[in-house]
Amino acid sequence: MQTTQEEAGEVAKPSGTILGSLAAAFPRTLPIMAGFLVLGISYGFLMTSRGFPVIYPLAMSALIYAGSMEFVTVDLLMSTFNPWGALMLTLMVNARHLFYGLAMLPVFRGTGRKKPYLIFGMCDETFALESADPHPDGTDKGWYLFFVTLLNQIYWVGGATLGAVLGNLANFDTKGLDFVLTAMFLVLFLEQWRQAEARLPAIIGLLASLACLLVFGPDRFIIPSMVVILAIFILLDFHSQREAS
Amino acid sequence: MTTTQQLITIGIVVLGTMATRFLPFIIWPEGRRPPALVTRLGRLLPAAVMGLLVVYSLRHTHLVGGDHGIYEALALLVTTLVHLRWRNMMVSIACGTLTYMALVQGWLTFLVGLAGLG
Repeated sequence: MQTTQEEAGEVAKPSGTILGSLAAAFPRTLPIMAGFLVLGISYGFLMTSRGFPVIYPLAMSALIYAGSMEFVTVDLLMSTFNPWGALMLTLMVNARHLFYGLAMLPVFRGTGRKKPYLIFGMCDETFALESADPHPDGTDKGWYLFFVTLLNQIYWVGGATLGAVLGNLANFDTKGLDFVLTAMFLVLFLEQWRQAEARLPAIIGLLASLACLLVFGPDRFIIPSMVVILAIFILLDFHSQREAS
Repeated sequence: MTTTQQLITIGIVVLGTMATRFLPFIIWPEGRRPPALVTRLGRLLPAAVMGLLVVYSLRHTHLVGGDHGIYEALALLVTTLVHLRWRNMMVSIACGTLTYMALVQGWLTFLVGLAGLG
């Protein structure tokens, strides 16, 4: 019975236009534009300053499209060839995407030909926006998700290319501007907090990650955090299912 | 590293990243319903992940030594207060970020930089 809930909710919403979906997506992606341009430019500049041709940051930002992993890959390319090590490191750094996929299984259902691209382009920031509100009023869900994904990727690839081609020419001191992404995650966290049923998972996510960061350090805490969060959720679920029956 | 080895390394990183993104959708395509437990976890995870992402984006903050994360703490506080008061995403993000920039650059440098833009 419960599996039909989200479908019933979808039917009730009037379907919006393509243009309306773009108009809804663009302002929501503005903080990401600011953050991605700054980080993208510094990534592109880093790559060319290490002697890589411009096509490298361009192709890597477009194809890998996972910010922190691209910075890690710069180090991989500068050291000795180790394909298995590269694969293991990639899987560890990006394991959090598995969570995004689990959460987006029902959201992406029925998005048709756009679906492979929605999955391909699901970075942290895109997931944060999409899971906070996957279908704003007046939008077509598939097109809205498509535009959020596409705009964010344009900002990132554009920033990386700019940085690679022009170098670090910004005369405006951008130090600290990358805090814009932290501020966005915090605001989306606070928005989740408004829904009563999301408070417990939100606080569990925050405290488990904080504890794992302190124990495992900044380079190794993501997977332990995921394991702890999953374990707590499964225990809570087991408990509530038993109470319900 | 030769160019071929570089291209192989990049290819592996691309494939590994895509594996983490596509795996849930390959295991449970549209025709196949995930177990009820997976669906329930999927509902709880976004809220938890948002907490994880806040911590993740601050992971290099030095609580011990340096400035002890005081700038980050202040900017987070400003973001939270502005958001609770006005509930406007863009305003909250802008206020928090400008506060942080002013703190790490020093107020004077920051204001001169802003004036130089105009």
